[in-house]
Formats: sequence, structure tokens, C-alpha cells
Amino acid sequence: MDLDPEGIFRDDSDEDDDNLHEREANKEMVVYLIDASPKMFTPATTAQSDEKQETHFHTIVNCITQSLKTQIIGRSHDEVSICFFNTKEKKNLQDLAGVYVYNVTEREPLDRPDARLIKEFSCIEDSFMNNIGSRYGITSGSRENTLYNALWVAQALLRKGSVKTVVKRILIFTNEDDPFGGITGAAKTDMIRTTIQRAKDAQDLGLSIELLPLSRPDEDFNMSLFYADLIGLEGDDIVQYVPSAGDKLEDMTNQLRKRMMKKRKVKTLAFAITNDVCIEACSDYLSVLCSFTKCCCDLSINYLLLFVGAITWLDSISNLPLKAERSFICNDTGALLQNPQKRFQLYNDKVVKFSVRELSDVKRVASHHLRLLGFKPLDCLKDYHNLRPSTFIYPSDEQVFGSTRVFVALHSSMLRLGRFALAFYGTPTRPQLVALVAQEEVISSGGQNEPPGMHMIYLPYSDDVRYPEEVHLTSGDAPRGTDEQIKKASNLLRRTELKNFSVHDFANPALQKHYGILEALALGEDEMPDIKDETLPDEEGMARPGIVKAIEEFKASVFGENYDQEEAEAAASKAGASKKRKAITDAASQKSAAYDWADLADTGKLKEMTVMDLKSYLTAHGLPVSGKKEAIISRILTHLGK
Amino acid sequence: MARNKEGLVLLLDVGPSMHGALQEVENVCSTLLRKKLVYNRSDEVGIVLFGTKETCNDLAKEIGGYKHVVVKHDIKVVEEGTKDALQNLPRGTAPGDFLDAIVVGLDMLIKRFGNTKGKHRLCLITDSQHPLRDPPEGTKEDQVDTIAEQMKKHDIKMDCIVFRESGVQHNSVMDENDQLLYHFRDRSVAKVVQVDTPTSLLGALKTRIVLPVTIFRGDLEVSSNLKIKVWVYKKTSEEKFPTLKKYSDQAPPSDKFASHEVKVDFEYKSILEPDTVVPPDQRIKGYLYGPQVVPISSAEWEAVKFKPEKGVKLLGFADRSSIPRHYFMKDVNSFVPEPGNKKATVAVSAIARAMQEMNKVAILRCVWRQGQGNVAFGVLTPNISSVNNVPDSFFFNILPFSEDIREFQFRSFSSLPSSSQPTEEQQEAADSLVKMLDLAPPGREEILRPDFTPNPMLERFYSFLDLKSKEPDANAPPLDKCLRRITEPDSDIIDYQAPLIQNLGKAFELKDNPKRKKARTQERLNYTAADDQTKKSADPYAEKAKAIEVLYPSAEKVGKIGDLNPVQDFEAMLTERSSSIWVQKAIEEMQKYTTVLIENSPQGDYYQKALECIVALRKACIIEQEPNEFNQFLTKLYKRLKNVDDVAKFFQLLSSKNVSLISKEEAPDSDVTEEMARSFYLKPEASSQ
Repeated sequence: MDLDPEGIFRDDSDEDDDNLHEREANKEMVVYLIDASPKMFTPATTAQSDEKQETHFHTIVNCITQSLKTQIIGRSHDEVSICFFNTKEKKNLQDLAGVYVYNVTEREPLDRPDARLIKEFSCIEDSFMNNIGSRYGITSGSRENTLYNALWVAQALLRKGSVKTVVKRILIFTNEDDPFGGITGAAKTDMIRTTIQRAKDAQDLGLSIELLPLSRPDEDFNMSLFYADLIGLEGDDIVQYVPSAGDKLEDMTNQLRKRMMKKRKVKTLAFAITNDVCIEACSDYLSVLCSFTKCCCDLSINYLLLFVGAITWLDSISNLPLKAERSFICNDTGALLQNPQKRFQLYNDKVVKFSVRELSDVKRVASHHLRLLGFKPLDCLKDYHNLRPSTFIYPSDEQVFGSTRVFVALHSSMLRLGRFALAFYGTPTRPQLVALVAQEEVISSGGQNEPPGMHMIYLPYSDDVRYPEEVHLTSGDAPRGTDEQIKKASNLLRRTELKNFSVHDFANPALQKHYGILEALALGEDEMPDIKDETLPDEEGMARPGIVKAIEEFKASVFGENYDQEEAEAAASKAGASKKRKAITDAASQKSAAYDWADLADTGKLKEMTVMDLKSYLTAHGLPVSGKKEAIISRILTHLGK
Repeated sequence: MARNKEGLVLLLDVGPSMHGALQEVENVCSTLLRKKLVYNRSDEVGIVLFGTKETCNDLAKEIGGYKHVVVKHDIKVVEEGTKDALQNLPRGTAPGDFLDAIVVGLDMLIKRFGNTKGKHRLCLITDSQHPLRDPPEGTKEDQVDTIAEQMKKHDIKMDCIVFRESGVQHNSVMDENDQLLYHFRDRSVAKVVQVDTPTSLLGALKTRIVLPVTIFRGDLEVSSNLKIKVWVYKKTSEEKFPTLKKYSDQAPPSDKFASHEVKVDFEYKSILEPDTVVPPDQRIKGYLYGPQVVPISSAEWEAVKFKPEKGVKLLGFADRSSIPRHYFMKDVNSFVPEPGNKKATVAVSAIARAMQEMNKVAILRCVWRQGQGNVAFGVLTPNISSVNNVPDSFFFNILPFSEDIREFQFRSFSSLPSSSQPTEEQQEAADSLVKMLDLAPPGREEILRPDFTPNPMLERFYSFLDLKSKEPDANAPPLDKCLRRITEPDSDIIDYQAPLIQNLGKAFELKDNPKRKKARTQERLNYTAADDQTKKSADPYAEKAKAIEVLYPSAEKVGKIGDLNPVQDFEAMLTERSSSIWVQKAIEEMQKYTTVLIENSPQGDYYQKALECIVALRKACIIEQEPNEFNQFLTKLYKRLKNVDDVAKFFQLLSSKNVSLISKEEAPDSDVTEEMARSFYLKPEASSQ
């Protein structure tokens, strides 16, 4: 499926410019390392005993299933592997104890997710104890180090593919903050040392190791006991990793889901805040001076509209994919061409030729980064100033030190003064004015709801804005709602309010259905899934007496008492119009019946008839009446079957 | 007359107060004509100038009066000549009377088209600063009424663009004139926009008219028994860069009717037998699901796929704050009450106003057409009309579904290390920057409002297209000065706020990361002059000269400084360093050209151009280590012309832009000290006093 998020920003003329970052983010390989020790199967909440208690293990299985489902839709080229440690059984290439690499048939251990994997993994809990089993891995008696083994297995799984083209990650899910707590003495320090060394080796190979800790209700996950060292965190960073108090399992699921998705940098941009006039004068000063005035930010896409319909063509007999071949044919001579390099535009009936190079030159109206133009109050950003999904900007110190500081300062000034920044974004594909709206961080119990940074909103140009409301003007003033009517409307609004509305609650029914069907077909199931359309209005709720009353009042005040009746009359008069149409058809069929069409056609006399007469036949038989006389005749002949 | 054919008369004010903006007027009208030449070849355009010294129009001949109105170009199908008529608009001497011009334009349209159907439009660009002639009978208002009546009768619309630079003081004459124009608007025959910068003047005129098409007509269902009739249109829609066709050079040159088009053919071949082509009826669609491809025939798919019912349904109302602005996903639609339906208009108005008062939005689920495979889920926001005869309406924005949202987590700013937190002083510098670079200052129109900002890329493309139709080897022209205002900060403001900006620079210490010195990244992030064209020709003096030759095959032509792009020609000459004579020659040519420019610029029209030339010359002389060449030139020029009245203004301009002699600091070869350079323009003045 060609839906890589980078595609949106790919510049056809400036490809190598962006490749740097695209390459980095192109493909991802992930190993999920899941702790399967008995501790994971203890209830995760101290909740009331009458409820069925959920375990951390259950939470993780749910999260991974969800993530696999999203992945198969959006990023199906990424590869995953699921691997348990602290298990009774073992299944891995190295034959190490306590590590079980989970897989389904017809699939490599590290491979793209498929329908079967999702299906079987989602119900793994039922059979887990029988087939794989759980035990404490690192105990004082044994010399086994399951965590060490697990890291080794994961590293081996991730051996394929070059680090340059693939992002490789190991995600550890556990609720044990002190895996070596059960042992003491030299054995402990030795094990800790070797495990950390193993992790370091993996990181040196370019694998990133991430931890998704789960807190138990009675105690928080303590990073500093062991894991901070394992993944190489220091100081402030540790705070970042600890999840907020795990009182609500739902929140934790949310957090995990967010963390599992790897952020993808679209590109790094220079954000030129100001430039001194003298910069232009001397190129030697350039790098010095301009570093004063620009900062760098990373763009990332927070919204990617997903569409259904990525297809390939197959041979209907063999079901094998077909290869599409494109050929260019000269319209004048019919000669086969190599991919032509020139383009042309008809202008004043003249052919004006452009080379591809010239076209990309024209499109390059500004340098390829953000140029700050000034600031405006937020109410200058109107609701209709929108064209595309926004892009998120977060500062980066990677290329220019101190960028973050400038960015943070501007961010807080803009928030405080209620301004947005107007900037020019000079991509060669569509150089555009953008509004940079500062976003304050929003944190709820479920973690970060809105990250801090700026939203880049793409603004239309004057030619992109239309004025449909001014198309149908009446000479008099347009009627407005009176105060009374507005009051009634307010009442209606109050009644039909959606409490705590959030866009996160609405899944795309078309997409759900599409992939539901595909999943069923891929697994060879007969029954088509039934998808609930969450976007339908709540009919029941709307039928509540309070709402019905508010609606009736509004209707009476705006439309008058007899509105329904009037509407019915209007509908009836429309039916009158259709009666007219029927009369015309009747007349035509009468007229057409006067001729013996088959005979006329046989004797070739159709040509001698008038177009009006010919059309009567078409009208009588409900055929289109358009076209020239020849077309009409041929249509009649086809209809007669001649 | 074809339904989409348009008859248009441009009414352009060329009176004295408009002189400063005539170049922009010319540009915007040219773009309009160019687009017509591409998209609407059969449209007809006439051009009327008013405020001219002369008088030349039918009405003046027939009934007298209507002075200072010239029909520059009769209504004709657009062609090369229409564009030429716009070149070098005369500088008029009389104050323009737009009512006269409207009557003349109207008369032309009526005479040309009579009562034939089609779109007829007048387009007025004026500053409406001057008192209008009193009508022979009745008031001016009555006159407007009569004209509006005629316009309505013949179904003629008018676009008025009132251009006044921000400095101009309002007076009673302007108010009266504006009232008259608004009176046209109230009679529903005209649309009036006011702009105050040349850049927004370029964007104020719709250069391409797209016939509005509804995407939906029907009920907005609040509930099953409350339905409001609405029509849905597009409110914003991106005007795309035209898709150019592939060119085939196969046709023999003698073939005059060759289309030069290229047909693209797709053939599907089986992997097993790469030579056989699989016919369309033997193909079946395979949908991707992970690594699997699921084959489904279209008939099967039709049976199971998602088929929502057509209709626009309300889910409910929500607080505006629950939908942040960045959730808006696509181009915007407009929900307009069904035209002519009073009750629907009132209903929309009442709900929109209630939403506005209570700060609410409505959540909708829309299926525009029967058989559409997906639903649009979005938010309705009120659009309260400020004009009496325009009904209230709604804007509709698409919201993302839960699948579309990527929730990435970023580190909160408060937890950043202190090295990344701004100090109080830095915060203050940022605050003052935000305050000072204000694009919506009180008391004047908002600068760079999207509604009045033209697309610089398209503007440039159409002017390049026009240039290329005359000179097939031409290079892409640099961005016009007005368009530069869109891509770069306004240099006037930057100059004015220079200390403030330096403050910001001082407050923050930004350093390039030395570890990341990858050539490509570095180059990309380095500041490049906003117009890459100039950059290319300006900085690769040494080794890139060869590359330039490849890029600009017209290098043979270099050697003369043309009127069109003197600075670029000059720089092209400099890069042509095959022999050192070139540099000398380039500098000489430029000196000659600039002198001619200054001397032949009676009203100071070319001073801006001359200034650009001198700046370019000065820069080149510094780089080429020829400071004396420039200093001598400037001194001579100054001595010779300083007492000519008009030219003195030019030197004031130079001095205000700090364009003076090249000092020792800038080029060691110079024998001028910094002090001398600074006081260059002052000293002689002091002595003359």
C-alpha cells in the first residue's frame, strides 16, 4: 500500500534533498519482548473483587493486537516479531532457555504481520498456559538469565537488513522493575553486568531498546533500580519514562498505544526568524550571521488521512499479480517514444515548450525552509483558511545548537500574546503561506493529549478562496433570524449537546468495513463482519421528549405552524412537473407509433427523416436524444437490433 | 454564446494618484489575460482607462460629456493585442471619475452583447479619491440606482477594487465615493473590496473565474422531523499548477496541425509470460492486506462494500474548544441556505447566530452522493454575514477519524534541561519581536491576508509562460518585488526594527552543530537568498561558472544589458569569466545603462529599478575588488546630476538605503574612508546651503 507518510511531502523535483530523512524512516523492524513471568498474570488493579480483574499480560496482548491492526492498514511493510521471555517452554534459534518466539504458519519469525498472526495472537491468552507456560526466570538457584537470553534472541532476529535503511527497535514490556531482585551476591552483580553489556552491544549495532514499564497498583515502577542502566538513561530522561500512576488500566493502555508508535520525522527544516540585510552582501559572513537568526525544527505528521482502495491487478485465472508497463506513443506519428523530457502548454493557440528543469526552477520561488514574516492575532485565522492536514513542528538542536531555546521563547510569547506566526514555507511542490499556531501541552490522566510545539496550518491563496455565499444574491436584504428565533435555536443547541465530544471516538466506517471484509476473506471465513457505524446520529437520544419539544418549538418559530403541510403541497406540485414530463413521453410514443421503424431501417429511409421525428422514437423508448443525426440513427439501429 | 464564455470590461483608473500602483494594476490584469489565454480562449475583454488627459469613447462622441475616459481596447476575443494594450499604461493627468467609466463600460457591454445570455462583468480598479462630477439631474445616489437598474436588466456584475495606500488620510470625498460603491453592492450588482498594499492589489482581483458547482443539494437533517434545505459548495479549493502535457518532437516541422501530444498506454503483462498482454476482462482487482493480496471481483465487492445512505445528518452540538483548529483536515465547504427559500435562510441564520453566541459548533456526518463509498465526518462553524444582502451560512471542515490520528508524544517544554530554557532576558527579546513584527496593526488592513494574497508560484509561471511564448529560450524571471513580500519579510519593517532584531540575535546564541557537518544538510540549511535564481547567478563566481552555462544555454546572448532584467543580465555577464575583459565590460555596460535609466526617468518611475542596478553594481565592485570603479562612477554621477531637481530625489533614496561609496572597510583597494562614505551625500548639501 503506497501510504507512507513521507509520500505527502515528497518533492518530485527535489528528491535527493529529502532522501536523507526518508531513508532513515522508511522501514521499521520491531521485536516485542514480553515478560511472561507469573507476576504479569496477577491482577493489575486493586479493584473491587466482584469485577473480573485484568492482568498486565492481557493489557499488553490487547495493545499489540491493536497496534498490529493499525500497522497492517497503514504500514504493512514494517516487520514484527513477538517474543516472550520467562516462559516454561523455549522456542528460538539459539535454543536458549526461557525464551519463546511466537509465530504462526507460513510466516518467518520476523516478518510483515498477516491476518493469521493477528487473529491467533489476539486469543493467545486462552492457550498460553498450556502451550508456552509461565515461570520466574531469574531465581537464586539457577544460573539462567532469561532477560539476557531474550535480548540475545531479539538481536539475532533483527540481524537481517541494514541499519542504514531500516529502523530496528526492541520494545520490552514488563512490570518487574528489579529483575535481579531474587538473587544476591556476586552472581547478581555478574548477571547485571553481562545483561547491561548485552544491551550495550545491541545498541552499538544500531538497535534501539525501549522499555514500556507497567506500574502495579501498590508500587510505582522504579526505573533507577535496573532499567535506566539497561537502556542508557541519565538524569532528567528517567522522569520521562515513568508512566503516571497506573490507577486506571484504560489510561495505561492509551499510553502504551501512543508509545508504541514510533515518531517519524518528516524532515528537518531551518526556521529563519529574521535575516540581516547585510547577509546578502558577503557570502563569507553568511554562515556566521545566519546562525544567529534561524533555528531548526522537526516536522512530523500527526494526521494522515487513510483511504481504502490500494489495489494491484491480478490475472483472474491464475490470481498472479500483473506487471503494468507504460509506453509513450506520439499522437501524430504513432512512433514509440522514450520518456519525453519536454512539456508543453497551449498558450494563445501556440505551443510553449518547457524543460522539466525549467519547470522546477519556476516552482522554486523561495529557499527551502520556513521564513518568518510576522505575527497576527489568532482571530485573523479564519475557519475557512484551510487546505490540508496540519503538520506538527517540534524544535531540534541536532543541527543548530540553541534552536530549542529560541523556539521555546517564541512559543511562550505567542501563547501569552495570543498570536500566531505567519511564515512562508518554500517547498518546491507547493510553496505556501503557513500559520504556525503555538500548541500548549495538554496533559490528562491518560498521559499527554496534545504535545507542546507548533501546528503548521497551510493557508489558501486568494485564488483558492471562493465566495459561494455571494452567488445567489437577492436585491433586498437577506432575512435573518430574530432574537426570538435565536433563543429557540439556543435552546435546541443546549438540548442536543454532545458531552465530552472527542474525535478519537469515531472510527472510519468505510475503512473498518473494508479491512473487516479483507480480513475475513484473507482467513477464508464465510461470514462477512458487521461493522457498527459510529458516525450515525443517536436516533433514540434524539427522540427524547425534551429534545423533540425543543425541535418543535424551533420549527414553529422559524417555519410557521403549517410547515409540514406546505411541504407536502410543494412536493405535490413537483409531482405535477413529472406529470408534464410523462405527457411529453406519451405524445412522443404516439408520434413514433405512426411509423414502421423496422421497415424504415431496412429500406434505409431513416436518413430522409427529420431529426425531430427520429427523436420521437428515442423519447418513446427512453433513450438519450443527444448527438448528431448520424449518432441518433445509429442509436436507433442499435436499439432495433440491426 | 457559450454558457461559460465571459465578456469582461476592465475599468482602470490611471489618474495622478494611481501612478504608484499602475505597475501592479498592469501585472494583475496581465495575469488575468494570461489565464484567459490558457483556460478561456473564447472570452472577450475590453479595456477602458479613465483619469486620462485625452477623451475617446463612444458616449462622448454621441452625446458629449464623459471626459477623460479612453476606450483603450474594444471588446474582443482575447489575443496578443489585448495584452499589448495593457503595456505601458499612460500616466493620466485628470482626476478619475469612476461613475463615468462605469457608464462607458456598461454601454460597451450592452452594445456588444445586447440581451444575449452569458456572463458579463465590469471590473473597476480605482482609488476613488476624487470628487465625482455632479449629475445633470438628481443626486449621485439616483444615478447609481439608474446604473444598477441597467446592470440588473442586462445581468451584468461588477467587481470594485479600491486601492489606497495605508498612509492616505480619509476625507469626506472618499467617504462619499465609498458610500456610492457600497450602494452598488447593496443593489446586489457589485462586490467591493478595499486593499492597501500593492501585494494585496495583486490578489484582490480574481484572475480566474470558476463556475461554482454544488456538491450537495438537499436537507440538513437536524432530526427526522426538522430538515433545513441547504446547498453545499466548495469554499476553498487549491488552484493547482497546470498539468503540462508531454511534448513529442516526432511530427515533421512542416506539419502545421501536429498536436505534439504524447499518448500514454498501459499494458498489463503476466509475470509468468512477460510477452503476453492480459486483456482487461481477464484482470481482477487484488486488495492488499498485509503481505497477502485478496482477489475480489468488482461484482462481489459491490455486494459487500460499505454503502451509506445519501444525506447530511446532525450528530449534535459541541463546545468549540473541543475541536482544536489543527483538526481541520481538508479544503473547506460552505453550507448555504437554498437560494430563494426564505424559511431555510432564517433557520440557518437563527442556528448560526445561536452557535456564535454560545460558542458552539455542530458535528455532522455527510454522504454527498448516493453510492459514495465513504462518509465525511466534520464540523460546522457559523459564518455570520457582515453584508446585508448576503445570507448567513456555515463553514464545514472535515475532521479526522480515530485511524487518521497519530498520537506522538513529545517532551514537554517544562522538563527540558535548563540549557534549552530561555532566560528572562531572552523571553523579553522574543516578546518584543512578536509584538513588533505585527502584521495586523490597528488602524489599517491586515497585511498578507490569505484572501488577498496571490500565489507567487503561479504568478511567476504565467509570466514565464508569456515570456516564453515570445522568447523560447528565456529563463524564468525573478520574483516581482510585490511577490517577494509574500516569501520574505518586508525589508522596510526589518530595516526599521533592525536594533530589535539584533537584540534577539544577541540574546540567543545559536551555533551550528560541528558534528553534523554533512555537506548536503549544511547546504540545505544555510541561508539561501530567497530567490534561488539570483543566488545561482550571484555566488558561484568561481567554479560553478561551467554549471551556469549548462543551466543557461542562452549565455551567448549575454553581453548586453536588457531592459527586462538588467540586474540578472549584469550578473550573468560577470559569471562569464572566460576572460577578465568581461568584468570590465559588464561594469561599463551597467554604468551606461544605469545612467540612461536615471536620466530618462522624468517622474521617477524607474528610480527603483535604477536603485537595484546601483546596488548590484556596488556589490559586484566589492567582490571583483574594483571599488574605485564604482566610487568614480558614483561621484561623477552625483556631481553631474545633483542639481537636477528630480534626480536629487533619487540621491536621497540612495542615501536612505545607505548606498554610498565603497569604503576601505569593505574593499581594501578603496581609498575612501568610512567617514567619507557616510558623509558623501551630506557634505555637498552643507556647502550649498
